Amino acid sequence: MPRRHHDMGGLPAGPVATDEHAHAPWEKKVDAILRLLSGKGIMTVDELRRGIEEIGPDAYDRLSYYERWITSISNNLLEKRVIGVSELGEAMQEAQIRHAQAVGSQSQ
Amino acid sequence: MSHDPAGSHDHPHPRQPDIEDGPLTHHMALTEAVAALLQKKGVITGEELRRTLEDIDSRSPADGARVVARAWVDPAYRERLLEDVNTAAAELGIDTGNIPIRAVESTDTVHQLVVCTLCSCYPRMLIGLPPDWYKARAYRSRAVREPRAVLREFGLTLPDHVEVRVHDSTADMRYLVLPRRPGGTQGWSEERLAAIVTRDCMVGTAVPVATGG
Repeated sequence: MPRRHHDMGGLPAGPVATDEHAHAPWEKKVDAILRLLSGKGIMTVDELRRGIEEIGPDAYDRLSYYERWITSISNNLLEKRVIGVSELGEAMQEAQIRHAQAVGSQSQ
Repeated sequence: MSHDPAGSHDHPHPRQPDIEDGPLTHHMALTEAVAALLQKKGVITGEELRRTLEDIDSRSPADGARVVARAWVDPAYRERLLEDVNTAAAELGIDTGNIPIRAVESTDTVHQLVVCTLCSCYPRMLIGLPPDWYKARAYRSRAVREPRAVLREFGLTLPDHVEVRVHDSTADMRYLVLPRRPGGTQGWSEERLAAIVTRDCMVGTAVPVATGG
């Protein structure tokens, strides 16, 4: 069986970039969502990983860590029919609108 | 990491974006949408989300450092820690959850190093969220193959006679490095000892150094 993309132990790679960033609030929120779903037995850490490993080599490298997580979490919730595609799209639009309003009120 | 929301700014700026600062990216909007839908459907509550975020913020390397410092001053505690980290941490009032954490001890002749080649498993309940490099390709790929070269990139050069043992974490088994207590720390209080135990010391990419007056 060929090695899958996430299975990178022992492969050559560049130098370790030891600079780091503090976690953004949205990144912590992703972490919190997974913890809650896992605690409630709705989604396991193994399912999170399976979802991350299925996003494909290109997206795996392009997305940041918590971008991969929320991609996997939302795909898992869609598969399990906890949420639906159309309501998710609507909720994303609403989030953009709320954000635009917050930015607008801040700059006034 | 390609994600750089603050990259358009022309002044030095940490990469953490303010939530009202700049556009809401696709994945930020996705996060907000999932959180909102789960609350709307009663799967989670806003209160649970707030409490979980607080819990995440409350976890830090300081907890692990307390455990290490206690093990340095109390041989019986050290034995219990090597036996079962979760139970030993609970003795100090630290709830590490139900995923087992195993302590691996560095000595004069053995240096312990922790990685998760497949993803990012980490004793986060004891030392907080993992740093970026722990989750990135270079560290995950190379730590198991050329650990000495990786450690040199962290500024740590080990003598040849020191054996390096690398531990690959899994979702069901996390590792905590119990570093070697450095010389020149005789008579130090636990508090003072804990202050020199950094996050990287407990991952194995650094060693504690006796500093401070």
